[in-house]
Amino acid sequence: MAVLAPPRERPIEEGGQAGRSLWQEARRRLLRNRAALAALILLALVALLALLAPWLSPHAYDEVYWDRIAAPPDFANAHWFGTDGNGRDLFVRTLYGARVSLAVGIVATFVSLVIGVSWGAIAGYFGGRVDALMMRTVDVLYSLPFMFFVIVLVVVFGRNILLVFLALGAVEWLTMARIVRGQTLSIKRKEFVEAARAAGVRPLAIVRRHVVPNLSGPVVVYVTLTVPHVILVESFLSFLGLGVQEPLTSWGVLIAEGAGQMESAPWMLIFPASFLAVTLFCFNFLGDGLRDALDPKDR
Amino acid sequence: MLGYALRRLLGSLPTLLAIVTLAFFMMRLAPGGPFTLDRSLPPAIEKNLLAAYRLDQPLWRQYLDYLAGLLRGDLGPSFKYQDFTVAELIATGFPASLKVGGLALLVAVFVGVGLGTLAALRRNGRLDHAVMALAMVGIAVPNFVMAPILALLFGVHLAWLPVGGWGDGGLRNLVLPVTALALPQIAYIARLTRGAMIEELHRDHVRTARAKGLGERIVVVRHTLRGGLLPVVSYLGPATAGLVTGSVVIETIFAIPGIGRYFVQGALNRDYTLVMGVVIFYAVLIILLNLLVDLLYCVLDPKVKHD
Repeated sequence: MAVLAPPRERPIEEGGQAGRSLWQEARRRLLRNRAALAALILLALVALLALLAPWLSPHAYDEVYWDRIAAPPDFANAHWFGTDGNGRDLFVRTLYGARVSLAVGIVATFVSLVIGVSWGAIAGYFGGRVDALMMRTVDVLYSLPFMFFVIVLVVVFGRNILLVFLALGAVEWLTMARIVRGQTLSIKRKEFVEAARAAGVRPLAIVRRHVVPNLSGPVVVYVTLTVPHVILVESFLSFLGLGVQEPLTSWGVLIAEGAGQMESAPWMLIFPASFLAVTLFCFNFLGDGLRDALDPKDR
Repeated sequence: MLGYALRRLLGSLPTLLAIVTLAFFMMRLAPGGPFTLDRSLPPAIEKNLLAAYRLDQPLWRQYLDYLAGLLRGDLGPSFKYQDFTVAELIATGFPASLKVGGLALLVAVFVGVGLGTLAALRRNGRLDHAVMALAMVGIAVPNFVMAPILALLFGVHLAWLPVGGWGDGGLRNLVLPVTALALPQIAYIARLTRGAMIEELHRDHVRTARAKGLGERIVVVRHTLRGGLLPVVSYLGPATAGLVTGSVVIETIFAIPGIGRYFVQGALNRDYTLVMGVVIFYAVLIILLNLLVDLLYCVLDPKVKHD
């Protein structure tokens, strides 16, 4: 039945207008939104800096300069952001922090996406008792103080960065599941799903091949809003000393160190904090922009 | 209404049991017990210690004991703060946490609703843009960044307020932590209020009220605010959860002797019973507050009927 795999809906022609897909239209609108465009460019810049971190500075992220402990920004020695309390270059450490924070954000969001989409799509497609049971579970989990469970998990199983990824992803999927379920409920009444069913495709295959590929807009928007949230939670954990471990670092660790010495060495707080704030800002603006771009209401 | 409240309370029992069970078994899965030290204890002492804390019993037995203790309000002894029970520690920490958290909630609701309403009334004006920019800052700058910056500015440079500490828990010690804790929530609430108020201001009954020649103040306070407050009320549940989580950081930064600080120290010390006790305590608190919010919702919105 491979012939019957039409997924991506394309409004080919509407009222004689030249055919433009939902996504082309959305991209055009997103790029016209100046705040969202600026956010996108800034995020690309941060990501690029993070990727290129080892080649952008003569210093290594764990190299200690005993004669330059907590030194202020200094261009002669290429310490653009100064050094930290252990005499390590803060510029490189901030960028390595960006690597960790962005990686956690992306991986944990991906985990939440996988769990949330499968859970929501199955609940929505099968409906009835399955749906009631699955969504009731989500409701129960919703009322747990989850942040505390993440902390408990990290305490119990030791500080393992992989665990942080998984724990955060496992916490963040609830809202995604709700959104996806709502979307699925409307998709499963579409003709192509009916056609697939009539052709005898098995239910799970329908969910996988016909429902999931069509869950577009709200999921994309929610993903861009989940990433900053995950980054925030990871920084929160690291700030409390429960996240990433030395000599590796993340923005939360750097901010915690900076906060401890902000009277004598304010740059140690200011640089990582502004990187974190700018990144969170940009993701939020991008999310807002995407929502406007994908919202068919003001077309 | 009373029936609904009772039914909801009963309905939250399974949730609570799930939380307790999850917390209990997660703690017991932990590699290394609470008395695993760098140097090993003599076997006799270790045996006595384990017996004293009943850790030598089979797991299901410990679980049932813990549940039975919970019914009596007994959360067990703390493993690290010797001679203290977890319930005692929570009782000593709660007043400070309640003071900071409760004040932050009040500040967040009043300031947030106030700013959101003003922004809605001056839609697209300068004030509106200023409030929305402020809200964006509040959402993007986490409280563990905001708190040190506030302390640096008002505590160190201007020296108006103490950088941290609790003192007698007076106003001077409260201003900074409450502000830092409330800011993100103010931001969310202001955004929610603004959206809801803009929608509400376009309703027919508001136009009728205006057409009757009522003053702007009465139109806003009596005819619009009630509808505009609904999303804020339904946000109060998540807001409380956010405040509780935030208090962990804020209490650590400002050295406030509250539950949040015990929790962090307990987590770093692997004081399992303490961590578990705090999780259960907060879970109960959040469940009760959510119930309260739902009840408040049906008082405000006559369309919602629970019976």
